[in-house]
Amino acid sequence: MAERIPVLRTAKLFIGGAFPRSESGRTFEVVAPDGTFLANAALASRKDVRDAVVAARSAQPGWAGATAFNRGQVLHRIAELVEGRRGQFIDELRAHGADEHAAAHEVDATVDRLIWYAGWTDKFAQVAGSVNPVAGPFFNVSVPEPIGVVAIIAPQASALLGLVSVVAPALVAGNTVVVVASQQRPLPAVSLTEVLATSDVPGGVVNVLTGQVAELAPTLAGHLDVDGLDLTGLTGLPGASDAGTDVDATALEAAAAEGVTRVLAAPSVEPDFLRTPRGIERIMTWCDIKTVWHPKGT
Amino acid sequence: MSRYPIELGAPAWDYAPAPESRAVARLDVGMQGRLHIGGEWVDAADGATFATHSPATEEHLADVALAGAVDVDRAVAAARAALPAWSALPGAERAKHLFRLARMLQERAREFAVLETLDNGKPIRETRDFDVPTAAAHLFHHAGWADKLDWAGLGASPRPVGVVGAIIPWNFPLLMLAWKVAPALASGSTIVLKPAETTPLTALRFAELCQQADLPPGVVNVITGAGATGAALVRHPGIDKVAFTGSTAVGKDIQRALAGTGRRLTLELGGKAANIVFADAAIDQAIEGIVDGIFFNQGHVCCAGSRLLVEEPVHDLVVERLKRRLATLRLGDPLDKNTDVGAINSAAQLGRITALADAGEAEGAERWSPDCALPERGHWFPPTIFTGVSQSSRIAQEEIFGPVLSVLTFRTPEEAVTKANNTPYGLSAGIWTEKGSRILWLADRLRAGVVWANTFNRFDPSSPFGGMKDSGFGREGGRQGLLAYLEAASNDATGAGGGIDG
Repeated sequence: MAERIPVLRTAKLFIGGAFPRSESGRTFEVVAPDGTFLANAALASRKDVRDAVVAARSAQPGWAGATAFNRGQVLHRIAELVEGRRGQFIDELRAHGADEHAAAHEVDATVDRLIWYAGWTDKFAQVAGSVNPVAGPFFNVSVPEPIGVVAIIAPQASALLGLVSVVAPALVAGNTVVVVASQQRPLPAVSLTEVLATSDVPGGVVNVLTGQVAELAPTLAGHLDVDGLDLTGLTGLPGASDAGTDVDATALEAAAAEGVTRVLAAPSVEPDFLRTPRGIERIMTWCDIKTVWHPKGT
Repeated sequence: MSRYPIELGAPAWDYAPAPESRAVARLDVGMQGRLHIGGEWVDAADGATFATHSPATEEHLADVALAGAVDVDRAVAAARAALPAWSALPGAERAKHLFRLARMLQERAREFAVLETLDNGKPIRETRDFDVPTAAAHLFHHAGWADKLDWAGLGASPRPVGVVGAIIPWNFPLLMLAWKVAPALASGSTIVLKPAETTPLTALRFAELCQQADLPPGVVNVITGAGATGAALVRHPGIDKVAFTGSTAVGKDIQRALAGTGRRLTLELGGKAANIVFADAAIDQAIEGIVDGIFFNQGHVCCAGSRLLVEEPVHDLVVERLKRRLATLRLGDPLDKNTDVGAINSAAQLGRITALADAGEAEGAERWSPDCALPERGHWFPPTIFTGVSQSSRIAQEEIFGPVLSVLTFRTPEEAVTKANNTPYGLSAGIWTEKGSRILWLADRLRAGVVWANTFNRFDPSSPFGGMKDSGFGREGGRQGLLAYLEAASNDATGAGGGIDG
């Protein structure tokens, strides 16, 4: 009896809740560290970036308008479905070079990280907000609000845990996200889109692009409908020797200034995402404080 | 301009002149022509100076030093040198320094109020009752933070951000100084402050007060100058954080200049606030709020309620009562205690206001001002209302930063929100209605850092202030504002770290 031929998955983009191929029709080869061919992934274009920003902007009021409790349930649901695909994620992390133990550890930590952030949705505002004792007969309250659309260059080495660790905190407050997956290790991100599509995340809340950071990041950085720019994933990008992957972080930060876009600069080394995050800093990076006044009187 | 006397029963009171004495400002003494660096009064390295004038009379008030790159260098070095000892001082001792500054400012409140009014052109009623007391309150509030930083929200023993470069505007010179100096000093940071070129005097007088209060040399440095001085300061590699209040255009320039440096930044930029009046509002209270919203400080307020959105059925009523109220405003000598509207701060600003108002008229809006005589000397612009303003008109879109109100209408709460948010700015907004649920519904949807409901233009040291969108990022005031001057003790890589201040 002939050996069964497995059905291979087509790796696509995730924009507005749909799975388009790149509008450019381009793909790139995803290979293992030893050069083994793994998949053809969609090579997103600048037009895909703009489409993704439109989708994120359209989805943002609805996501921010959902109750904090509801956002927490949705984030928890993502964790549930990552857990259910544990084997698939472990296989992909291993294909990208992790050993079995490390891959399993990373997937477990990913689930736990999602749960951790799910629990923050209806708590961080109590920690970050305040009722302010102003010198006058006024009720005065300050609350964090999402800034809007956050563009994220996902971490390069930590292809799943790193991705979730930068996307989830942006979602907690009600931001929507356009994220560029790890350039050389995009497969866990592609699988995550399949989780997102089936875990009650409204279309457009998370949009995932695969491709070249050098090509996509400038369009994201200078986009006037992008409110936040997370450059964490610039750290550890394939080097300048690899033609076309040279990324100028300073130019990206400078481009963001035109829209007064909030920028989280690239760290000197990729963070150790296995460590529990320090408090709500990453949530608050993508929030503005709103202060409301009202007189007291009879 | 169509101007006509108004006959709506407005009382025509006569007031005898009641000018505050200007002698207390001691313009003839003090540290004119010099910079305050490392606790010393020094000339600019190249000896350059520039003049500051009274906007109300155009008289020459003083010559002040024009700091160049060499002076910026010296000031940053002085702040850097002072940092280790200042940040190592027990918080309780830093607190006492700040309390002392607050108290001494209160003691010399009259002097600062008169000096501010002379240099800025704003009414003495405002400097006396708002600018100076609020500045003192800001110092007093933050004094109490200096030994309580563990409760700021960054965990135990947070570190000061370091050397702060602060650029402040001319609309609230002393108050903006306090907004930067107070949290910086409380955190254990040191500061180099550049006041605006048209209003340098109260900052220099404050430096004198720091000396009088025995503040360690170099903790507060004041360098006077214009745009080039500020540009050199924010680009100086010895600065750890830039705190800027001013125009959106300059804010973008600064953000661009800091790209890739890892230095921290807070920006408090322009605004085009909507002040939304519903038909059920307490109209007389709303009128007072509208007037305060746009004519306070001659409209030189980044959070001014410059776009009035009125629910259609009460448009005519509101405009009529507004005109009646404006007819009672007294414009003139800023030192007169009865004056409501003072001088425009500079000829350049008057030019911008005039050009935008002319553009409003050219675009078809109807212009109205009360019949008030403008003084012959100085820079003046009458309180002005535009009705029939379209959403796309320049006077509905661009920040005028003057006593000019654009009136638009809406029919539904949804339309009010859409129109209010239809601007790149997001600093403040106002809501006038007696319906509580509608206030909270709107407050959730208005994209503005500060929302005033049934009040306007209120400020308090414990209340975080700052913008969304193109109005900038970071907050000033309260625990949230203090965070911009602190760093967590262990800045591990998984935290957000650097960059933007929440």
